[in-house]
Amino acid sequence: MSTRRSRSRRSSSSRITDDQIIDLVSKLQALLPESHRRSTERESAAKVLQDTCNYIRSLHQEMDDLSERLAELLATTETTSDQAAIIRSLLM
Amino acid sequence: MNRKNSNKSRNPNKPTLAFYFLRALACINKKTSMASYNQRSGTIKRAAYASMALAAGPKRAWSRAVLCRVLWWGSSRLHGFPTRRRPRAFFHRRVRVADPKLREPSKADVLRRLVPGAKAMDLSRLLEETAHYIQYLRAQVLLMQNVVGSVSD
Repeated sequence: MSTRRSRSRRSSSSRITDDQIIDLVSKLQALLPESHRRSTERESAAKVLQDTCNYIRSLHQEMDDLSERLAELLATTETTSDQAAIIRSLLM
Repeated sequence: MNRKNSNKSRNPNKPTLAFYFLRALACINKKTSMASYNQRSGTIKRAAYASMALAAGPKRAWSRAVLCRVLWWGSSRLHGFPTRRRPRAFFHRRVRVADPKLREPSKADVLRRLVPGAKAMDLSRLLEETAHYIQYLRAQVLLMQNVVGSVSD
């Protein structure tokens, strides 16, 4: 009985085929910033995962930096009519 | 049909992102009680993640995880709970020195730690969530750069 269960578990996990994984990894590779340079060659999955981790870390870092800059700017600027125009341009 | 839906929800809706973020910024601006610069930048950072998660919607594990963390953080600060047991130091990232005795985690495990809510996912779901998360992160960063660029002119 346990072998039947483990067999079914194995078959359900193999439903996620290798092709699907390869497809997802290539989609991920397309999202990375240097993808336009290496669009023809397909990189190894490990490299793509490594690049993805680095990219996510750099994006987190950028968000931290931008938050700090915004904190500085919000403290110094006052509300003007220009800001309404800025907001309108961002929302359209 | 599922594929089509997933493709549609993939591209971040920029006006929605902008709306949530600007609304949060306006609220933060109004509260003059936040004197400390660090407090303000931390609040803006959390507002950025929260607005990003709101724009993404509740269908994604990462957006739900981010909103949970932000709400947890906000409520614990409000009620004066000690913030020692904060969720995984997501908002206060510190560099941890790797213990050489431990086996080096696989790349997928490292990714699972980086993408919120992805701890227990299998590889295919993890890759999908990562792709979605990166798209929204990128859109949010671009939005913030636009805001900074416009305001600093």
